[in-house]
Amino acid sequence: MAISFRDLAASLMLSELGKGLFLTGRHLFKRKITVLYPEEKTPKSARFRGLHALRRYPNGEERCIACKLCEAVCPALAITIESEQRDDGTRRTTRYDIDLVKCIYCGFCEESCPVDSIVETDLHEFHFESREETVYTKSMLLAIGDKYEASIAEARAKDAPFR
Amino acid sequence: MNFVTDLFQSIGAWARGHTVDAFGSQWGPPVYDTGHAVVTIVLVLVPILLVVLYYQLVERWVIGWIQVRKGPNRVGYKGILQPIADAIKLLLKEQVVPSGASKALFLLAPVVAVAPALAAWSIVPFVPGWVISDVDAAVLLMLAMTSMGIYGVIIAGWASNSKYAFIGAMRATAQMVSYELAMGFALVGALMAGQSMNLTQIVARQDSAWGVVGWFWLPLFPLFLIHYISGLAETNRHPFDVAEGESEIVAGFHVEYSGMMFAVFFLAEYANMILISTVSSLVFMGGWLSPFAFGGLRDTIIGAPSIVWLLAKIGFLMFMFLWVRASFPRYRYDQIMRLGWKVFIPITLIWIVVTGVMMMEPVAHTLPFSIWFGK
Repeated sequence: MAISFRDLAASLMLSELGKGLFLTGRHLFKRKITVLYPEEKTPKSARFRGLHALRRYPNGEERCIACKLCEAVCPALAITIESEQRDDGTRRTTRYDIDLVKCIYCGFCEESCPVDSIVETDLHEFHFESREETVYTKSMLLAIGDKYEASIAEARAKDAPFR
Repeated sequence: MNFVTDLFQSIGAWARGHTVDAFGSQWGPPVYDTGHAVVTIVLVLVPILLVVLYYQLVERWVIGWIQVRKGPNRVGYKGILQPIADAIKLLLKEQVVPSGASKALFLLAPVVAVAPALAAWSIVPFVPGWVISDVDAAVLLMLAMTSMGIYGVIIAGWASNSKYAFIGAMRATAQMVSYELAMGFALVGALMAGQSMNLTQIVARQDSAWGVVGWFWLPLFPLFLIHYISGLAETNRHPFDVAEGESEIVAGFHVEYSGMMFAVFFLAEYANMILISTVSSLVFMGGWLSPFAFGGLRDTIIGAPSIVWLLAKIGFLMFMFLWVRASFPRYRYDQIMRLGWKVFIPITLIWIVVTGVMMMEPVAHTLPFSIWFGK
């Protein structure tokens, strides 16, 4: 194995190690990029896919018409829908369950919905304390929709030009 | 500095008088000597344990900063209480002894690892006179003590009855034995230059009118580097941490240890790191001598020898441990062996001869060699 004098001298003087130390030494004084999570949060896209919600029209009528497109498109088979005719002759869901353990938050349900009823909000800070809680029912989803309607509508409006 | 020494001496004299009064002239002096030894040991060990505690916090900070993170900053102001929280956590953890382990040895190993690491501090002077035991063969004792530490690792690896622990112990043993030679040879050069094995006298011989230039790191530069790098290998630190190798053998020899027994290994490792830094500072970087001790500046406050200089030098070398850890990838095992046996030992042997030539009569009194060897 032939080693040139130049290489030998460089290796004995630890020049490569010096370069490495210099590089890491510069990073020591760089501005830190850590986000201190609960106090600081990074901005979220208007397309963020978090917890689901069922929306209503401004007059209080629920949007969902039980077309079951979301149930059909769901790749994780997380959505279960049962429907019947309501007294005024419209078709409505009697059951709309999302199993959040199965859900992969792909957003297909939201994209398939013809009436913008099922949406994914930007909520990602939620948790469960038992298995039963992991299935969100129609009333829970509607309640989330009612509570966060303003931010849901705002996110939709922001994203509308790109849809 | 002197008034502190005077204060301690007057406290000592006062305590001696009272012990002799209380125990009589036959038993008084030995009782006083024992008490004196215990107090000095406590005065040295307690700061070391505190430094170990906070060294690992600083380590996490420095590595975090180098990786453009913030490091621990949750417990207390800016994370200042993090090591206390860690210590309490480790204290409260269960001590698990594996069912296949050799129980007595398993329990003995952390003690064997930590005792030499702390015992070696008995010969370390902080300023002239501030030393537990000012023995003439100080460097020999230090080498002997640091060599003993390896038994803790071997016993831990063997007694755990775990293949990872065993592999880690084998690696650590081979590595520490190899690098001890290079480290010993590097110190031999320093002993020749210092013409003593007493650390106080080695530092005294680096005192010159040349300040930082007069220290031994300059004529013995290769030995200084080799001593420090061997120190990294001796303490199983990065980039020589194949003994822990968390990607291959989990945590090496202490993989089966939990709670406080793990903490004791941790303590031993960090105490050794601080010891290596201290010995390097004393032997090669002029100990408590000021780097600005040029000619006339020697009588001013920045030129005067002080414990502050020693602490600053130790701090710098300890920081280098962390900097190196954050910068370099782990050596491959065969590369470690090659570096130790085929590079470091030949270089140290050559430089011992070079040191001898530099110290020989006509050379020693010509510049620049008269700076270091002309006394």
